[in-house]
Amino acid sequence: MADLLPVTFFTLGVALLSTLLIVPPGVALAWTLARRNWPGKSLVETLVALPLVIPPVATGLILLKLFGRRGPLGHFFENTLGIEIVFTWKAVVLATAVMSFPLFVRTARVAFEEIDPRLEQVARTLGAGPWDTFFSVTLPLARRGLVAGGVLAFARALGEFGATIMIAGLIPGETITLALGIYHHVQLGQDNEAAALLVISIALAFAALWLSERLIRKTPAR
Amino acid sequence: MNAEYIRARFHQAYAGFNLDVDLTLPNRGVTALFGHSGSGKTTLLRLIAGLDRATTGYLEINGQVWQDDSRCIFIPVHQRALGYVFQDAALFPHLTVAQNLAYGQKRRAATSREADGTPAAQSDDLVELLGIAHLLERRPATLSGGERQRVAIARALLARPRLLLMDEPLASLDLARKREILPYLERLHATLAIPLLYVTHSPNEVARLADHLVVLEKGRVITQGPLAATLARLDFPGAADDDFGTVIEGNVQAYDTRYHLLTLAFSGGLLRVVHEPMAVGQKLRVQIKARDVSLTLTADTATSILNVFPAKIIAEQPTQIPGHLLLSLDAGGTALTARLSHYSYEHLNLRPGVMVQVQIKAVAVITSFAFMMYAFNGLSSFA
Repeated sequence: MADLLPVTFFTLGVALLSTLLIVPPGVALAWTLARRNWPGKSLVETLVALPLVIPPVATGLILLKLFGRRGPLGHFFENTLGIEIVFTWKAVVLATAVMSFPLFVRTARVAFEEIDPRLEQVARTLGAGPWDTFFSVTLPLARRGLVAGGVLAFARALGEFGATIMIAGLIPGETITLALGIYHHVQLGQDNEAAALLVISIALAFAALWLSERLIRKTPAR
Repeated sequence: MNAEYIRARFHQAYAGFNLDVDLTLPNRGVTALFGHSGSGKTTLLRLIAGLDRATTGYLEINGQVWQDDSRCIFIPVHQRALGYVFQDAALFPHLTVAQNLAYGQKRRAATSREADGTPAAQSDDLVELLGIAHLLERRPATLSGGERQRVAIARALLARPRLLLMDEPLASLDLARKREILPYLERLHATLAIPLLYVTHSPNEVARLADHLVVLEKGRVITQGPLAATLARLDFPGAADDDFGTVIEGNVQAYDTRYHLLTLAFSGGLLRVVHEPMAVGQKLRVQIKARDVSLTLTADTATSILNVFPAKIIAEQPTQIPGHLLLSLDAGGTALTARLSHYSYEHLNLRPGVMVQVQIKAVAVITSFAFMMYAFNGLSSFA
């Protein structure tokens, strides 16, 4: 039972970090998908959505091949930047980020698409440049959708299992999250510990979803 | 001073039609871009704004080149000193009315060095003129359609445009709202020092607001020119409408308070209308429906019809209604359109070239209280 708190905080930290990591590129990608036409757009769209539909274990395996010591990206990270990813806590962040990225992009894209493009156009005619328009009109109007997408991504990250176990493994004190912990304890026959982690998982997921509902409902102050 | 005009030349192929225009427009007053839906009038307005880009185009405003594709010049929208009013106002829903008004004002104030006048006082005057002072703290969602449109107009003007563009600002409003907002537009017309390009498909709005008229059809300019003369052309697309009318502009010559009768001097003679008092010398524009114009060969003094003046028949044209004819008339340089029965036309032996007496009942002349706003001299010009 001693690992309950550390595992909970580790899971929360990983989910938070992976959400923070995906928000900037996610916002940029969602906006270009919503507002721009470019060659290869549908290919990128499909690629980003892929982790939603293929088995998480398969995504994990792909990541393992890419970021493993002999993988192209893993080689680059280890030799050029001196960062070892596979089977460390960083691999957990990587797996959860990749798995929750499509959820965030989809929600954010809808949020951008729902904005009347004329509002952005009228901002341009009032002297606002493209960046100014984005920060003063687009972002505030998409805010609720973006926050909802972020909370959804966070909740997804809390429960990530398949991709994580492939690329990060089950290393007590290093890579074990709530989801991996449940599996780990069940394998060892420690049903009580598994049940405790299960209760915490449900409580966190419940809180995250409840929060996102509240954020979506809350209208901006009059 | 030798470049006081707008030059717009665009060529662009679209899915349904080709836009092909070459226009030189006056740099003052209201120019209406008129046409049926699909005629390319909004497309043209967006090209002028720079919201869309034609592959081949040339655009010059007062000697400033905004687009010249032969020299690869294209000034981005946000660097063009223009104001654009969309059909549905497009107010920022996350900002209050005051913040909406300030949006363009503070951005343009930062970039424009050609500040003239006192912006703060000007903005108060404008807010007053458009009747939105009591709305400043509200959110756009709580405003009526007419109020929203007035805020949108004020917002565009506060960004100190050198050119104001309006895309059917009244089209999404119901009749009552139109009636509510037209007077404000007329007031603006009287005080605005910058050119206004106004897209509309309503002949009525054209008659009330425009000084210059451009008629578009299938992406081409089919006719353009000063309002009164262009309206009176029988090929004007709205001419066959039942309530179609032309305009007469003149100066007040006298006012009779006993009969509320105003005498207007125009190029074709005198026109008497029932109106509120106006000072002598002031300008007034009135509208005369084609079906309120009757013709006679000899001026009869024993008649209740107050307005009788000579005119020449220029052309005739049948209408969609069998038995009706449209005639274009020239009264001393003022163009008029009359709708007559075919019977009368032949019975009086009328034909192009014949001199006739035009008769118009004083009570049939359409004036608008808001035309009085020409008298509204308390305001300095905007922008």
